[in-house]
Amino acid sequence: MEIFGLYNYWIVVVLMMIGLYVVVASGNLIKKIVGLNIFQTSVFILYISIGKLRGGTAPILLEEPAAYSNPLPHVLILTAIVVGVATTALGLALAVRIYGAYGTIEEEEIEEQEN
Amino acid sequence: MTATAIAVARIDQLFAAVMLFGIYSLLSAALFVVMDAVDVAFTEAAVGAGIAIILMLGALALTTREQRPVPRRRHWVALAVVVATGSGLIYGTLDMPSYGDPGAPAHLHVIPRYLNQSMAEIGIPNVVTSVLASYRGYDTLGEIVVIFTAAVGVIGRLGVAPEITALVKSGGMQHHLILRITAKLMLPLIMVFALYVQFHGDFGPGGGFQAGVIFASAFILYGLVFGLEDATKVAPPPVVHVIAAAGVLLFALVGVAGLFLGGNYLDYGVLADEPTKGQHLGIMLVELGVGMTVAASMISLFFAYASYKPEE
Repeated sequence: MEIFGLYNYWIVVVLMMIGLYVVVASGNLIKKIVGLNIFQTSVFILYISIGKLRGGTAPILLEEPAAYSNPLPHVLILTAIVVGVATTALGLALAVRIYGAYGTIEEEEIEEQEN
Repeated sequence: MTATAIAVARIDQLFAAVMLFGIYSLLSAALFVVMDAVDVAFTEAAVGAGIAIILMLGALALTTREQRPVPRRRHWVALAVVVATGSGLIYGTLDMPSYGDPGAPAHLHVIPRYLNQSMAEIGIPNVVTSVLASYRGYDTLGEIVVIFTAAVGVIGRLGVAPEITALVKSGGMQHHLILRITAKLMLPLIMVFALYVQFHGDFGPGGGFQAGVIFASAFILYGLVFGLEDATKVAPPPVVHVIAAAGVLLFALVGVAGLFLGGNYLDYGVLADEPTKGQHLGIMLVELGVGMTVAASMISLFFAYASYKPEE
């Protein structure tokens, strides 16, 4: 069946939407960052699944000819993961500073104090 | 995996949410292995299930552990937004090539060159490493600059006061005998493994990014078990910061060296008599730069969280 060959994208969409739900629904800044991380991982899976080749193997060249999966998404995502953790750390640092300034990391309580 | 993600979304205790996120990361690493992305899986396992969790727990220790429950109205609004966006995206996937299709556009452009000629042009078996360090060296240079900048940003926000707070109070977990002995046994192994990953990245999965993270995790383990004071004695923050900067500089200078020897920026072929030897040398130096920056940035991130003291 042609349509069931798309299941990898559907998994990605489901995970992505769970991440989006957390970002939209949760008022807690740290929870939002965790949600963003779920979202981010789903994008990683999207890229890697596009690179997968049926019957392929990991792109480390062998003596005999073989079919390899696409190495380019691997490169992009491998660096993106490390960049992702660095930016997450920056976001968490901002949350910690906000806690220092307002005594809370709940969005609504911060807004109440602002007004 | 989806179940863990949903659990993360529903749970109000932040501590549990972070722990579940660690499981989620580990599962996604397993999924990457299934999809042939061994290098990526390696990184995700080290970063997502290791360093990211430590940093999130650090942030929790400095703030709160509970979140306010999501109000009903907001829950339904969010759900509506998510369902609408999700169905749009699913509709969009109907035009995509199916999973593993060899005729997909992603497999037809530049990839045949990487797979068929990188052995002759670069001379190392791991195509991921040759693309990362050589064909797309600019990208990678940009990425490590981002990592370095983020580390600078965190240090700027939190400061580097070498004082001890909640996370590593009273000399870490030094009084736990089992933890202390196990940590002592593990540390040299972790470091040797990190060096192996660093220098074996040409032939198998590995490279500067993974090695840097593993190396940093050795220091973080030391810091957690033996306390921050001892850890900063082993790796003084100023030295760590200099190493982070030096890694970026090493990468950039390898590129400049190529310019002086008559090649293009980040063209390693001119660094030695034969192009492939030059590529080997260039990739090794560049990966070393990446490893230095990543390891030092991660260590300084940990120090920044562990030593942060909120103003009273």
